[in-house]
Amino acid sequence: MITARLQTEPFDAAAEQAALIGARTDLGAAVSFTGLVRADDGLVALTLEHYPAMTLAQLQAIAAEAASRWPGTFGTIIHRHGRMLPGEPIVLVVTASPHRGDAFAAAQFLMDWLKTKAPFWKREAWADGSTRWVEAKGSDDAAAERW
Amino acid sequence: MVTLLYFAWVREMVGTDSETLTLPAEATTVAALLDWLATRSPGHDAALADRSRIRVAVDQQFAAPDTPLHNPREIAIFPPVTGG
Repeated sequence: MITARLQTEPFDAAAEQAALIGARTDLGAAVSFTGLVRADDGLVALTLEHYPAMTLAQLQAIAAEAASRWPGTFGTIIHRHGRMLPGEPIVLVVTASPHRGDAFAAAQFLMDWLKTKAPFWKREAWADGSTRWVEAKGSDDAAAERW
Repeated sequence: MVTLLYFAWVREMVGTDSETLTLPAEATTVAALLDWLATRSPGHDAALADRSRIRVAVDQQFAAPDTPLHNPREIAIFPPVTGG
């Protein structure tokens, strides 16, 4: 089971991983990935717009795809929207599996698909008051297509 | 009637986040819809000028240019996504 949440507030990655594992003793590996707001060249804030009617369903569809490809893998996806400051977390993927190969692969798959198949758009705000929509990267498409 | 939704810089260039209208008979595919929409205003035309930078979801499913439109209720038009 891989669950997905959409929220504006920050999250606690360690607490999410602990909650995912809970009292289970059949898991041998947990992988946690957190995407952060990076302060490139004077960036002061990042705002994530999304498609409210579609976003959560799409996150759940991506989660279901990972669960079907890596049976026995558990996971948590949290994706934030709204305004975030440098250093804040944007997205969390935690996976846990009996063995590390599945946990690593499922986490990487989830991030690659979140980058290219979830309806979010990032807008950067700069110290001089200007803003700029982030352009999609071809390398992200290539990363998603290899799965 | 169909509700059109616009996101990110497409929304800014079109000048609204949504509009409800009746599709013309020629809007049989996503590509044909975009061709028609581009004639609605200079803002629509500018937003849709480079189709390689436009993505579409029909009733909340990603769609290709040749996806046929069968009485859709909601069509969203936006740039390539940049989440994660």
